[in-house]
Amino acid sequence: MVWRFKKHSVLPGFGLTLGFTVFYLSLIVLLPLTALCLKSTSMGWAVFWETVSHPRVWASCRLTYETAAIAALINAVGGFIVAWCLVRYDFPLKRVFDAMVDLPFALPTAVSGIALTTIYASSGLIGQWFAPWDIKLVYSRWGIIIAMTFIGLPFVVRTLQPALEDLDKENEEAAACLGASRWQTFRFVIWPTIIPALLTGFAMAFARGLGEYGSIVFISGNMPMKTEIASLLIITKLEQHDVAGATSIAVVLLVSSFVLLLSINLLQWWSSERLRGVS
Amino acid sequence: MSIEVRHISKSFGNFTALHDVSLQVHDGELLALLGPSGSGKTTLLRIISGLEVPDANPDSEILFHGQSVVDCPVRHREVGFVFQHYALFRHMSVADNIGFGLRMRPRATRPSKSEIRDRVGKLLKLIQLEGFGDRFPSQLSGGQRQRVALARALAVEPKVLLLDEPFGALDAKVRQGLRTWLRRLHDEIHLTSVLVTHDQDEALEVADRVVVMNQARIEQVGTPDEVFHHPQTPFVMEFLGQVNVFHGRVSQGKIELDDPFVSEHANVNVGSSPPAVYARPHELDIQRESTSGEGFYATVKRLHLAGPIARVLLEAENGGDVQVHLSLERFYELALQPGVAAFVVPKNGRVFEAASKMKLG
Repeated sequence: MVWRFKKHSVLPGFGLTLGFTVFYLSLIVLLPLTALCLKSTSMGWAVFWETVSHPRVWASCRLTYETAAIAALINAVGGFIVAWCLVRYDFPLKRVFDAMVDLPFALPTAVSGIALTTIYASSGLIGQWFAPWDIKLVYSRWGIIIAMTFIGLPFVVRTLQPALEDLDKENEEAAACLGASRWQTFRFVIWPTIIPALLTGFAMAFARGLGEYGSIVFISGNMPMKTEIASLLIITKLEQHDVAGATSIAVVLLVSSFVLLLSINLLQWWSSERLRGVS
Repeated sequence: MSIEVRHISKSFGNFTALHDVSLQVHDGELLALLGPSGSGKTTLLRIISGLEVPDANPDSEILFHGQSVVDCPVRHREVGFVFQHYALFRHMSVADNIGFGLRMRPRATRPSKSEIRDRVGKLLKLIQLEGFGDRFPSQLSGGQRQRVALARALAVEPKVLLLDEPFGALDAKVRQGLRTWLRRLHDEIHLTSVLVTHDQDEALEVADRVVVMNQARIEQVGTPDEVFHHPQTPFVMEFLGQVNVFHGRVSQGKIELDDPFVSEHANVNVGSSPPAVYARPHELDIQRESTSGEGFYATVKRLHLAGPIARVLLEAENGGDVQVHLSLERFYELALQPGVAAFVVPKNGRVFEAASKMKLG
C-alpha cells in the first residue's frame, strides 16, 4: 500500500482533523497503553515471566477468554434472531422491545450484577428450576457466561440491525422467482451479505466480555483457579501492592486481545471486500 | 404459454391498485402494460408472477395455458422476472448470478456443473457479454447489468418472461439500444412476455399489443397502431402523445372549433356542452389566410425546427396554447416567424362521448 493523501476535496480540514486525530488517539489510547508496557518492562523478563506463568494467572486468563468467546457466540446466535425479528416483522410493543435491547448499555454494571445474581441464584426466579438438577448458575462458570452474555447483547443487535435493514427485498424476490426455497434464499442470498456485520458484532461483544468486571464479581463467586477472571486478579494484585504483577497480567491481556480483535477485523474486512464484489 | 387473468382486484389499505381487471396474453406475444405511475401496471405484473396475491374474490382467476396457478407459489410458477433495479446478487460473479436458478434446483433435476457452465456460456453470448463471466455486478454498466438480469431470468427456461420497467433506470441512448435488442431477442425465442413501462414510445415500438392502464383499470387493449390512431378514451388519446383540446362541435362530418382549452387536460369537459374535440398536433394545418372560413385565428409563439418535422406553438385569442406539427416543406412554404398571425385549421379530430366514441375526418 502506498501512503498518500486522498484526491483533492472541496472540503478543507484534512490537516486539522488528522492532527487532532493523532493527538486525541495518543492521549486517550496510546499513552496509557505505552505507560502500561513501560511499567511492566521495568521489572525485567524473569519477574514478568514468573508472574505470568503462575497457574492462577494462567487459569484466570484462560477462563476469561473462554467465557467471553462462549458468551459472544451465544449472542451472535441470539442477537441475530432478535435483530432479524425487530427488523423484518411488525408487532405490538416492537418499540419497547427495541428499547430494551439497550438496557445492558445503560445499566451500571453493579446493578446488573446484583439483578442477575438474584434471579439466577438457586433460590431465585430462574435458578430454582436448575437447582434440583444440581446445576449452579451463579458462583460458577455459568454465572460468568450469563453476565457476559447480558452485557454483550446490544453490540450484536445494534451492528446487525442496519445490515438487515439494507437488505434488498427485490434480491429475495428475484431468488424466489428463480426457484430458490426460503432456506436457499437465506443461505445463498441473505447470509453472505450480513456476515461482515455479524463478525463485527461478535468481535465487539467478545471484547466487551473480556473487559467486563462490575457485574461478574457479583455473580462468579471469585474462587481462585475456578471462577476468578483476569480483571479481578489484577485488582487483587493491586490491593496487595503488587503493581508490577498487576501490570504484567494487564500486558498479556492487552496483547492477546489486540491480536484477537485484529484477526477478527481482518476476517470481517476480507468478507466485506468479497461482498462488494472485488475479486 | 398463454396467460389469462380474470376479475383481479388488489388494494393496499385504502388505495385501490387494481379494480376488476381481466386480460389475456396470447402465446408467444410481447405485451406491454402502459400507464402512468399508480395505474396498477406493476401490481398486475407482480400478481401474474405470484409475488403479490390478489384480493380474495371467488371469480378471480389466474391461468397459465388454461391451468390455474392461483395456489402455485412464486418459485414453482416458472416465471422469469426482471426488475427495474436489476436485483443482481452483488456478492456473486456474473456467471454465478446467471447460473443461480440452476444451482438452486433440487438434486434430481439439477444439471451438472459442466452443464451449468455451458448454459451460462451460451447465455453470456446471447447477451453479448462473453468474457464478462468473472466480473462482479459492480464492475458493469447499467445496461450490462440489466442484460445479466435478463440472462439470469432466462437461464431457468421460464414459461413466461415478466419485465418490470426494465429500462427505467437507464439513460436514453442505452435504453433505445436495449429496446431494439429486446425486440430482436423476442423474435428469436418467442417467449410469452409482459413488459411494464410508463414510456409510450417504448411500448409502441417494442410490443405486439399494448394495454393502456389508468387508475386501476384497463382503458384500452390493442396493437400499437390501434391504440395510437384509434384511441377509445380521452385518456388513451392524451397518454399516447401530444394532443390539443378544443371547445367545438361536429356537424355533418365537419368540425367547428371554438376556442382551444387553456388547460390541456381533457377529462374536464367530457360530456358537457359544447363537447371537447381532440386533435393531435399533426392533425392540424396552418394557413396564412382563412380561405374557407374554417379554423381560428392564432399567433405564432415559438418554433422548434430541430427534427424531422417543424413543431409550431401558437397562442389563440383566448390565450390557449395550440401545438401544430407540419412537414418541413409545408413550414417553409408558409414562411412562419414568431409573432406572425395565422389560421389553425383542423384536418382531423375526435369527440369522445361519455360511452361511445365518434371518429371524424
